[in-house]
Amino acid sequence: MKQIYFCCLLLGSLFANAQTEIDGIMMSKNQLCTGAVYQYNAWNNYWEGSFKRDNQNLGTVSNNNISVNANYGLSDKLNVIVSLPYVTSKASAGTLKGQNGLQDFSATVKYMPIEKTIGGATYSLYTIAGISIPTTNYTADFLPLSIGSQSRTGTFRLMGDYQRGHFFTTLSGAYLKRAKITIDRNAYFTTEMVYSNEVVMPDVINVNFRMGYRSNRLIAEAIVDNQVTQGGFDITKNNMPFPSNAMNAVKVGVHTKYTFPKKEALSLVGGFNRVLDGRNVGQTNAVYAGLFYIINFNKK
Amino acid sequence: MKNIIITLFAFISLASLSSCSSDIYDRSESYPMLIPSNNDDLAGTWRPILLSAPDEFSLDVPVATTNAAFTRELNEIKSYQANITDEQKAIIKYWSAGSVLRWNEIMRTLVAKHNLPPYQNADGTYPTPSSANPFASTPFPFSNPPYAARAYAYVSAAQYDALVATWHYKRLYNRVAPYVADNTLNVLVPKNGMTSYPSEDGVLAGVTVELLKLLFPTEIAYIDGKAEEEKLYRIISGANVRSDVDAGIILGRKIAAKYITRAAGDGMGAAVGNQTIWTQLQTQTGATGETPWLSLDLPVRPPMLPLFGSVRSFLMSSSDVLASRPVPPPSTRSTQFATELAEVKSFSQNATRKEMEIVTFWADGVGTYTPPGHWNAIAADAFVPQNYSEVRWARNMALLNLSLMDAAISCWDAKYYYFNPRPTQMDSSIKTLTGIPNFPAYVSGHSTFSGAAATVLSHIIPAKTEEFKALAKDASNSRLFGAIHYRSDCEKGLLLGETVGGFAVTRARIDGAE
Repeated sequence: MKQIYFCCLLLGSLFANAQTEIDGIMMSKNQLCTGAVYQYNAWNNYWEGSFKRDNQNLGTVSNNNISVNANYGLSDKLNVIVSLPYVTSKASAGTLKGQNGLQDFSATVKYMPIEKTIGGATYSLYTIAGISIPTTNYTADFLPLSIGSQSRTGTFRLMGDYQRGHFFTTLSGAYLKRAKITIDRNAYFTTEMVYSNEVVMPDVINVNFRMGYRSNRLIAEAIVDNQVTQGGFDITKNNMPFPSNAMNAVKVGVHTKYTFPKKEALSLVGGFNRVLDGRNVGQTNAVYAGLFYIINFNKK
Repeated sequence: MKNIIITLFAFISLASLSSCSSDIYDRSESYPMLIPSNNDDLAGTWRPILLSAPDEFSLDVPVATTNAAFTRELNEIKSYQANITDEQKAIIKYWSAGSVLRWNEIMRTLVAKHNLPPYQNADGTYPTPSSANPFASTPFPFSNPPYAARAYAYVSAAQYDALVATWHYKRLYNRVAPYVADNTLNVLVPKNGMTSYPSEDGVLAGVTVELLKLLFPTEIAYIDGKAEEEKLYRIISGANVRSDVDAGIILGRKIAAKYITRAAGDGMGAAVGNQTIWTQLQTQTGATGETPWLSLDLPVRPPMLPLFGSVRSFLMSSSDVLASRPVPPPSTRSTQFATELAEVKSFSQNATRKEMEIVTFWADGVGTYTPPGHWNAIAADAFVPQNYSEVRWARNMALLNLSLMDAAISCWDAKYYYFNPRPTQMDSSIKTLTGIPNFPAYVSGHSTFSGAAATVLSHIIPAKTEEFKALAKDASNSRLFGAIHYRSDCEKGLLLGETVGGFAVTRARIDGAE
């Protein structure tokens, strides 16, 4: 049985490294978990199509990212999770100006229709549906320094979780439906000229696998994540990136959460992940840390 | 129960999101069929640009419409129409918007695709794209703004000359259109009532393909494919018989050859310069006490086409270029310079979202059809509702593009004569909202191109003068807002563009079309 002190964590879609709407944990009924997460991610190398390179005119491209998050238990089986990040981007070399601003608000409904304990093991199944909506008119067409893609995104994820004792594994797959975006140009070249200020955004399939140790006090897990764009095109040699590029990445990482024994409403999270292989993305290293607090609205 | 409702709600919101996402409005796909309001029957007497006369190149006498060979050509049309496919209908829809328009779009596509600066060698030097080896790992061409301006100009000018010759021969040979010779023939495009030998589409395909082979040698298969489509469009639609089209292609090729000869000797081949010239530009500016321009690309890149200012113009003599050269920029040691530099820095730090939008709209940098291409797109959007004949389309595009080439020549002349540094070179804390082009600042290329284009287009469509001027002003300002140009670059660039545009306007007044 899951314990109430497990808490949530979710970041905006573009920098979705520490999402735990992807984890096999639910808030209990009438519990609100709120918190903030700081994340730093950076890359020196990136892929133009399959060609891996650096770029002295960019140096290190980094993002600083602070998000506020909340997860409320409508019931033990139904949680609503919201998140809003503020993002700052920067290139260490060259002349291009870094960007900053509030990024995309996301809201996710996480539902656990099945939870069964057979023998010593607990099996649970989750359906997770979310939307993400840009909150400000930031520039999407200034990659790699844009803070987001401006695309309204709908995500549907199916997830299975297995736990025996303190050992668990979680596997999930998601389809991200991305709405077209509007840019500040009225013509652009992909693999052909398009005479429009609208850009069709390719959808994305994501598969996420995590396993590790999970107890009331501590979670420690290893994560493998694969994102594959359904369509999109490659950056050509020495060209600029574009929002509707194919952007694929295989990431590995670790994630931990620690709940204070004397103060069970309070928890710390942290983690690290790295892109191992990609297409039209930076080889990002990301590190994050956050603090969460649970407020209990249940009557004593 | 509540749970189920909420889950359902989530699914519905997801579904509503997915239903509205992938259709976009593309104005190029929405252009209507071209129905000229005036056929310009006398365009065969308009003044050509490079041809000595409309009949400088001969064209065979066509067979008579009473000839059995002509009947067989009519039968070819009917046999195509009897089995017309959806793909063929799509080809007709595409090309019937106008041949000059579509070839102009194809040019913009090629420019955008090839507008990529060479990737550096391992030792930090850069390879130079070579027309002798276009399929090298550094492909030819790098269609940067001057290259593009010249390319648009050659194609547009040659198309115009080819259509003047076409109109001359149409009138001379007077062979009626297939649907006039056989009134049972089904015609899938508007009947314009003109004689049809040679086919204007055939001539345009012939002349354009040959020039594009020169300008974009790696794209010949793509270009040939487009020409084949155009040829089919004319025959399947019943607008031309095959011999109209074939004769047109032959005539077009002859005219292209004259332009190709000119291109070989116009100075473009030497425009890239060499290390001696690059060094000399620095030392001669340094000797005046001014700060010479330095590349801000890393690794440091040789300046873009430093001798393009010496490329031979169609409308301006070299003394015209010299006489139009802008006054010197503010000295890098002057207080005016310091004031202008501070203004750039202030835009770098405080540009509004609206200003950022203007910067992006006009960026026209790497991987785009360049500022000349942007003005071609603006011109095309403005010309479509005017329902010009093909020959007038070609004439107006030629005036625009000859002027844009002159803008490139005159602007590059000024840039390398003054060799003035970019703001970020003088103050490295100035971050930019768009890429810094790899050539000197004074005067702004965007401003020169836009000043010239707005001047020419305002002459062609006087009712839109204010609109064109406002666009040019935005394009010019965008470079200041983006923190890559000083105010003097932009203002003097616009003025230079207006001066340059005057040469095309002068020609327009006497070419016989007004």
